[in-house]
Amino acid sequence: MLTAVLCLGGIGLVAAATLGAASKKFAVEVDPREAAILDALPGANCGACGEPGCSGYAKGVAEGRLAPTLCTPGGSGTIQAIADILGIEAVATTPQVAVVLCQGDNEKATSKYRYLGLSDCNAAQKLADGPKTCPGGCLGLGSCANACPFGAIEMTPQGLAVINRDKCTGCEKCVSVCPRNVIKMVPKDATVHVLCNSHDKGAAVRKYCQVGCIGCNICKKTVPEAYQIENFLARVDYEHHEDAAQAIEKCPMKCIHDFSTGYPAGSRLATTKPETSKQPAA
Amino acid sequence: MSLKTFAGGLHPPDSKAYSEHKAIEICPLPDELVIPAAQHIGAPAEICVSVGDLVKKGQVIAKPKGFVSVPIHASTSGEVIAVEPRLHPMGRPLPSVVIKADGEDQWDESLEQNNPENLDAEALKKILWNAGIVGMGGATFPAHVKLSPPPEKKIDTLILNGVECEPYLTADHRLMLEESERIIDGINILRKILSIDTAVVGIEANKPDAIEKLTAECAPHNITVMALEVKYPQGAEKQLIDAVTGRQVPSGGLPMDCGVVVQNVGTAAAISDAVRLGHPLVERIATVTGPGIKEPKNLKITIGTPLSHLVEFCGGLEGEPGKIIMGGPMMGQTQLSLEVPAIRGTSGLLIFRKGDFSTKPAGPCIRCGRCISVCPIHLQPTTIATYARLDMVDEAENYHALDCIECGSCTYICPATLPLVQSIRHIKGGIMAKRRKS
Repeated sequence: MLTAVLCLGGIGLVAAATLGAASKKFAVEVDPREAAILDALPGANCGACGEPGCSGYAKGVAEGRLAPTLCTPGGSGTIQAIADILGIEAVATTPQVAVVLCQGDNEKATSKYRYLGLSDCNAAQKLADGPKTCPGGCLGLGSCANACPFGAIEMTPQGLAVINRDKCTGCEKCVSVCPRNVIKMVPKDATVHVLCNSHDKGAAVRKYCQVGCIGCNICKKTVPEAYQIENFLARVDYEHHEDAAQAIEKCPMKCIHDFSTGYPAGSRLATTKPETSKQPAA
Repeated sequence: MSLKTFAGGLHPPDSKAYSEHKAIEICPLPDELVIPAAQHIGAPAEICVSVGDLVKKGQVIAKPKGFVSVPIHASTSGEVIAVEPRLHPMGRPLPSVVIKADGEDQWDESLEQNNPENLDAEALKKILWNAGIVGMGGATFPAHVKLSPPPEKKIDTLILNGVECEPYLTADHRLMLEESERIIDGINILRKILSIDTAVVGIEANKPDAIEKLTAECAPHNITVMALEVKYPQGAEKQLIDAVTGRQVPSGGLPMDCGVVVQNVGTAAAISDAVRLGHPLVERIATVTGPGIKEPKNLKITIGTPLSHLVEFCGGLEGEPGKIIMGGPMMGQTQLSLEVPAIRGTSGLLIFRKGDFSTKPAGPCIRCGRCISVCPIHLQPTTIATYARLDMVDEAENYHALDCIECGSCTYICPATLPLVQSIRHIKGGIMAKRRKS
């Protein structure tokens, strides 16, 4: 009995002494700020910062290799927290959200052919440049919705991607996966957008889409500073977008949309108003 | 006696009865020919004529860019009325030369006739390149490239592909029956270029008349004709090599890696014309068939003829068309319009009516494994397709997605109608993109 106690106790003491010595000798220096930054990050591992995940970004920031402003999902709160940890001044950034610049779902826009293959926009795009006649329109097969780490993208039953502005963190995953470049990053405080991505001439657009921009210039005539027309496509100038909403009623194709009044028709969100847009800039 | 074949594959109803007994007819010239600069695998040719030029049949209108590229020729005499992007069988507008035919159909006088006996291999290859000879089975790979193996690859066998395993198509079958002397002459030229003696013509057993005729005619030339079990995709290069010689082309390799060169029988016939008559590749045999065509026919068509003209010559459309396919039903390319031109790879035009094909939506995979048992490359289509859906590029690459020959057997057999080959093709693009990046 006593022998056993002594043996085990002895082994325990020797092991404890060895481990204690080893932990002193081989200790790895960890920057305490790295752990603190990692705690402050949202933990979505979305990759918006360019690193594979949040821990890589925390390490990069602690080492001074990466800027503390790259975490778009975290927004200004996270940036402030990181700045506090690092003891530096936080810089204000404009939060960005993604928006699908298209309203031409399967009911409003025509198709060249009936697509029966893999439900993936990139696969469809390889087949004669995609089923949609419009060269820039949303294909509606949901590659962006699958890529979104935050579940912010809804596919309507009519085949159109609609991005929930409250859930979107601006990680740009959808932007990089879309084969038609129809998703653009815009300042979150801008709620008025021209929801069209076709650079074709008006006559061509009218043939394939009921809600496409025909480049008629009426919006620019109504609010000259808020719109720019390039290659038959109007775009809101996000530097001077304050009065852009005034042109909505004037647009003959009804392709200018104000998200502060709700999401485009056809979406499940159609009747909900984005939280972040309660006070439209005026 | 059991016939030779490869492992895997399947036998869809071959539906060749529509046109297999119809003799080849010459399709009259249309008023306008649209000749795209991209008609082959490799770099598209560079157009070297401009609007207003008068061209003769066989004159070069686009020059090759690089070694893996071939020139494009005017397929009739007439005036160039436009050089602009026109809708291509690939589904998008691509640079093309539009020729208004003058009706004379006059050959360019500068084309040289040659006797292959007086020429060496290099000179013969040069003639094939200048004549724009590409693989006529549909893949349109430039023939001179295939016939120039690097010196360390020893070639000992030439295989002629007379399999025509795609359902509906009968163009090669009719060619073997009606113009066998051109094929045999082409084989002799090919053997001279490769300086080998062994040549085997592989033909599926559903063409007994062609097997009988070629066996009799090939015997004096020391060419073997081998009847093969009827199975798709036997006409695919690697499967044909397996069936005829029992050799396996290594993963990622080419037929030359196991000492074989494969050419289509149509290519052999075109090679004979190119050398003996000096005629470049400006016409070919194609089958216009399917339930959506009034009178299915085998036609000798001029490259650049709009598909609508072929349909018109075959009595027009039967019923309401639902699907237009250039090539066969398994690997052919679905077309957006009948206004696209027939090109060098157009082995057939197949038209289905609405309701002739299934549009059943895809269901979940039931793990039956049929796609695995029919895959001629012995891949696991369902697994790769799952990786494709999840965008797992590395895993798909580990499962040898790049070895897929896109024959479509897996999609054909799938009881859940999953788009398997489409998924694999999609992820192949992803793998190639990843390789280009690194």
